[in-house]
Amino acid sequence: MDIHTPGIAAGRLAVADYAQNFSDAHPPLNRTQALIEAERCYYCYDAPCTTACPTGIDIPTFIQRIAQDNTRGAAQTILEANPLGGMCARVCPTEMLCEQGCVRHSNESKPVEIGLLQRYATDAFFAKPDAQPLFTRAPATGKKVAVVGAGPAGLAAAHGLARRGHEVVLLEARPKLGGLNEYGLASYKTTDDFAQREVQWLLSIGGITAKTGMQLGRDITLNQLTAEYDAVFLGLGLGGVNALGVAEPQCEGLRSAVDFIAELRQAPSPAKVPVGRRVLVIGGGMTAVDAAVQSRKLGAREVTIAYRRGLEAMSASPYEQDWAQKNGVSLRTWAAPRQILAEGGRVTGVEFAVTREQDGQLVETGERFEIEADLVLKAIGQSFIAKPVPEIALKNGRIATDEAGRSSHPKVWAGGDCRFGGRDLTVEAVEHGKQAALSIDAFLTKG
Amino acid sequence: MADISSNFLGIKSPNPFWLASAPPTDKEVNVVRAFEAGWGGVVWKTLGEDPPVVNVSGPRYSTLMSQDRRVIGLNNIELITDRPLRTNLEEIARVKRAWPDRAMIVSLMVPCTEQSWKAILPMVEDTGADGIELNFGCPHGMSERGMGSAVGQVPEYIQMVTAWCKQYSRLPVIVKLTPNITDVRQPARAAKAGGADAVSLINTINSIMGVDLDRMVMHPSTDGWGSHGGYCGPAVKPIAQNMVAEIARDPQTAGLPISGIGGVTTWRDAAEYIALGCGTVQVCTAAMVYGFKIVQDLCNGLSNYMDEKGYATIDAMRGLAVPTVKNWNQLNLNYVEKALINQDSCIQCGRCHIVCEDTSHQAIFATKDGQRHFEVNEAECVGCNLCVSICPVPDTITMRRVMPGEIDARTGLPVSAEYANWTTHPNNPMRAASSA
Repeated sequence: MDIHTPGIAAGRLAVADYAQNFSDAHPPLNRTQALIEAERCYYCYDAPCTTACPTGIDIPTFIQRIAQDNTRGAAQTILEANPLGGMCARVCPTEMLCEQGCVRHSNESKPVEIGLLQRYATDAFFAKPDAQPLFTRAPATGKKVAVVGAGPAGLAAAHGLARRGHEVVLLEARPKLGGLNEYGLASYKTTDDFAQREVQWLLSIGGITAKTGMQLGRDITLNQLTAEYDAVFLGLGLGGVNALGVAEPQCEGLRSAVDFIAELRQAPSPAKVPVGRRVLVIGGGMTAVDAAVQSRKLGAREVTIAYRRGLEAMSASPYEQDWAQKNGVSLRTWAAPRQILAEGGRVTGVEFAVTREQDGQLVETGERFEIEADLVLKAIGQSFIAKPVPEIALKNGRIATDEAGRSSHPKVWAGGDCRFGGRDLTVEAVEHGKQAALSIDAFLTKG
Repeated sequence: MADISSNFLGIKSPNPFWLASAPPTDKEVNVVRAFEAGWGGVVWKTLGEDPPVVNVSGPRYSTLMSQDRRVIGLNNIELITDRPLRTNLEEIARVKRAWPDRAMIVSLMVPCTEQSWKAILPMVEDTGADGIELNFGCPHGMSERGMGSAVGQVPEYIQMVTAWCKQYSRLPVIVKLTPNITDVRQPARAAKAGGADAVSLINTINSIMGVDLDRMVMHPSTDGWGSHGGYCGPAVKPIAQNMVAEIARDPQTAGLPISGIGGVTTWRDAAEYIALGCGTVQVCTAAMVYGFKIVQDLCNGLSNYMDEKGYATIDAMRGLAVPTVKNWNQLNLNYVEKALINQDSCIQCGRCHIVCEDTSHQAIFATKDGQRHFEVNEAECVGCNLCVSICPVPDTITMRRVMPGEIDARTGLPVSAEYANWTTHPNNPMRAASSA
């Protein structure tokens, strides 16, 4: 069994290769590196990096605290603004957020490594998070809030509400808490079970009762929740996978990239996860990159990402595109899937139409080509399944809310990917949860 | 190419860079390595009377560092040489014979009795050394025994010992001054009165480097106790340069040769000391941080600078900046500058704004038309130079002179072309009757 074995198979690599491939993709800074990097921060006034951070972390302050060897104070600054600052340090596309804003860009084209510094501070804290609690709960208010979905939005909301003395019940459909942090991220972005360690810390504030295996619409209804609780927060995520728009035959080797990523995250060892010899990922986002790179790391010999437009239109950032290419993934642009090719119940490849842009419209040139593959991963985006929340008004298929996240229902707030108007970033989901907690708190404690 | 050789009190060296009397000049092996690397001269580590002193066998040095671990300041509690006098004298003689073109100065520190000085001086002369430097500066250890800075803090002692040295030795006498005093002109005048051929300064500054907060013990410490040490390195350069300039411009000591010491790390530092009147500079910390090879960079940089500016010799540039050092009351109060921000190179960090707003004159706007934009408000700017001093991008904020006749937006009045200082200012109750 090796990288040349045809078809879909597990165990293509040696044990040591798996360990190497799935270790931390971006190793943390050591203390010396962190102190030197921290010194690069100019401590800007009204800092552009902070403005660029969806959670508004006071970045110059936390970096100054690192420079002063006060990692606990640095972590406090981060987690106060973003209780999931540990995970965000690992997964934020910093190159298009804080680091894009860094003024160091202007004269040396090299921003301060804000993401790595945030990781340095939060890692130091999470090495012994219980030494002294950073946050304590306010006196109990007697109010009860249901938080549905334990992803980044739900966790941030639950933490914020519990901090303010409300009693939170956290309902999650899956067996584990964490949402995309647990099921949706490339393994090399969050090693050492960090997602669960972070969840444990968030819950340690107290006042949060987590119930897994509870799916809205199946195990409980929104009506029941609004009746039983003083307020409800919906952090439902995106449960549906977009269709390719071509016939998708029932055949082995055609699956959703989201499921593939989740399977890998939950597998006891990457050696147990089967992967194709030739893998084709259809899509242009972060999920496509995560699925493609991890396919390579699992031992796929050839991996291609096919995207129907050009590189600049991909929602995966240039940094992510580079990362894919560094890991041996080919990027094939201007390719729209036209037919899934299968033989004997197994996928054999995909036929594509060559596309181009004409007067702002994507059109096919008439030319076609095929890419052979024994595993085709669909990563063309996910959609919100609104069925469990028929009472709630939608906008463009997602939940419509006001600025603070309040939906059309006066007792229901929503945040994260299920809420209309975001960029589907983890850090935005956290901000939604944080702001909703403030808004719910104001609602519950007024008069 | 510029001639960077030095002739100080008749002591010739191929360049003006001498290693200061300090750990790097304690032994033949070190000094030979220094000469091989290119140092123009050394001041041999201070000799004392036998039996030799004993040093601690624990931390003798400690540094103040920037975050990227560059040494800003160095503190030491090492005493004078802890080797027998004879050993040192033999080595000095041997090295001087082998390196006749290099300056060999011997630093001395013996008790404040005429007999002690009378005894040691001929022995030093016999080595063939070029001169002596009287260590009236070390602030740690030896000062408790009535030597080092304990002498340097009493001008009468300085004059007395200097006179003995001039009486009992034919060698040029350089008096090394301590900065641990209030007015450096007093010891310099005393040295001159005693017949000193030159002064060298500064010796190290009394200091403790910090506190070990885990153990609640001062740092550095020996077996749990510490003692103040002498501080040197880049951090002390501004203090040293002031003292050098004070002596250079004091009518009573003007013209007295000076060997400048204190934080010389680059050729630029050295050139500054020379511009303030020094004939040679002495270096220790830079060598202790980088090794002896650094002297080649000092020589090369100084030579290139002199070529660029057209100074053929050290003497051609020596002291040129001294006449610009004045008492505050001589500064022209009619002269006006305003800060100017170069919008093309401004990276918009906003630090100029916040420091001006918080701590100075509220003279830098943070926005323009609702956009982030940093611009000087000339109606408030007093030209204090704080923004220039903290801007992280070189040459982005500069000071612009408001020319005579131009309106100063802060006062609304035209700038006067006339020189006028505090001594004649109407607000000065002690003002002179007229500026004439």
